[in-house]
Amino acid sequence: MKKVFGRPKTLKPNPYHYCPGCGHSLLHRVVAEVIEEMGAEEIAIGVPPAGCAVLAYNYFDVDMGEAAHGRGAALATGLKRVLPDHLVFTYQGDGDIAAIGTAETVHAANRGEKITCIFVNNAVYGMTGGQMAPTTLLGQTTTTSPGGRVENRDGFPLNLSEMLAITRGSAYIERTSVTSPAGIRATKKAIRKAFEIQLQGLGFTLVEVLSPCPTNLKMSPLEACKWVDTEMVNFFPLGVIKDITASEEAQDAH
Amino acid sequence: MAEAAIRAGCRYYFGYPITPQNELPEYMSKRLPEVGGIFVQAESEIASINMVIGASMAGARVMTSSSSPGISLKQEGISYLGGLELPAVIVNMMRGGPGLGNIAPSQSDYFQATRGGGHGDYRTIVLAPASGQELCDLTYKAFDLADHYRNPVLILADGMMGQMMEPVRFPVLRDVERLPKKPWALTGAKGRKSHFIRSLILDPEQMEEHNWKLMRKYEQIADSEIRYESFKTDDADLVIVAFGTAARIAKAAVKRARGEGLKVGLFRPISLWPYPSKALRDLAKRVKHFFVFELNAGQMIEDVHLALGGEADVFFYGRPGGVVPNPAEISRIVSRQFFQKEIG
Repeated sequence: MKKVFGRPKTLKPNPYHYCPGCGHSLLHRVVAEVIEEMGAEEIAIGVPPAGCAVLAYNYFDVDMGEAAHGRGAALATGLKRVLPDHLVFTYQGDGDIAAIGTAETVHAANRGEKITCIFVNNAVYGMTGGQMAPTTLLGQTTTTSPGGRVENRDGFPLNLSEMLAITRGSAYIERTSVTSPAGIRATKKAIRKAFEIQLQGLGFTLVEVLSPCPTNLKMSPLEACKWVDTEMVNFFPLGVIKDITASEEAQDAH
Repeated sequence: MAEAAIRAGCRYYFGYPITPQNELPEYMSKRLPEVGGIFVQAESEIASINMVIGASMAGARVMTSSSSPGISLKQEGISYLGGLELPAVIVNMMRGGPGLGNIAPSQSDYFQATRGGGHGDYRTIVLAPASGQELCDLTYKAFDLADHYRNPVLILADGMMGQMMEPVRFPVLRDVERLPKKPWALTGAKGRKSHFIRSLILDPEQMEEHNWKLMRKYEQIADSEIRYESFKTDDADLVIVAFGTAARIAKAAVKRARGEGLKVGLFRPISLWPYPSKALRDLAKRVKHFFVFELNAGQMIEDVHLALGGEADVFFYGRPGGVVPNPAEISRIVSRQFFQKEIG
């Protein structure tokens, strides 16, 4: 019988520890597939965060080096400067990259570090039990915004990807979601493009992935996906935010 | 120090400006590209120590430097270096504190340096140079120690050491290609299985085993890497215990006191961790008076007490805040306090 679907070689045969309906397991697979399809398993080095994906090295079958909370982009800078021909990516949640690691991320982007940040945005601190994240929506209830997030008290959800697009060192930034088959395909395409642009040495790349966290949203997996598709996208619109290769093509067309 | 680091095989430097150590990164920014290395001025001390972690994971000889407030910021990363068992060389040109303090020479970070500094059960090897030549030699040595033990090495000096100029004989320039290989490094899973470097160990019993493994390594370091200098201690009635800049002042004070016929010696710890406790204890079999002199309010004195265990009298004189006394001040205290004699 012909095998039409299997586990990518770049994923270890370990059962995920993630909650049912969580976007991480889908996204791990997507990243692993892209690495395998690009034939990059021998040059890929991943940097897992502190957060739900802290155990990512139990799943990705490529070299992995653990970073302190928020420091992924700085650690990846050190790796990539020593190994400029390798594919270096971080895998970070919203608290990691958009709160405690904001400075490291902004400056890595501004230096045009040839790395890729995979930014999983689920609008909540998952591993610590559902506290308010930098990307928690206005009005959204969390364990530290019990009556809902209020801008005068808690500030606004942070649009990190749009901020990073302003930096001159960033080359490619796209926001996708993993709430539907179409979204997963778009995510895979975006990650492939980001990795290719990294290997071409064009600059900093980031893919922000809106991801459901049913456990902390206190919803069913389907409801959580629907919430991402109808509520989250109002604050975090999907699409390409910056692509210097597209603008070059556009310029060529003129 | 920067040239010594390059000669030892350091090709990567990540740092953030802070006085009084800016000459080091400035030299690195010019010199490293000449030898195929990379200098990155980071956005913060936190970022720079994490870049050091990344470069170390990739198997490179790497260095960062800072001064007291900046070293506090680096402690998160130094703890990770300890937990991840990664080699790196970190320089602290101490200044007066706490808080922003000032930029004058001080030994205010002895506790922080010798007790790990950041969170968790770990130690860094701490070396305290007292001359230009020693700044050079200990920096060179630090890279070998860091790689050999897979452990961070801290060079603890101060604004005086950081700013002075002295002639130095440089060691040979190492061939980076011929340095010992690091099979544990992250270089991509080519021709081997993938591996990972982490400090997260959720299972308490496994974490405990990791802690005991670290402790066994530290015991090995404590057995093998003790460094100190004894100066005129053989017939001394009084021994001054001091490190770094304070030891340099003390040595001049010893010479002055000897000129007056007073039998004074100097015991200078060079490795502050591991501390040369046994050598000091051996000295106490004969010497009954010790004079601890530090450019702080009294920090190394705790290690002296631990080493001597009440076997001798310990007197303390400290000048915190960046005040640097001259040798005459020290020799006057020595003669007045211990020999009931006034000298000039």
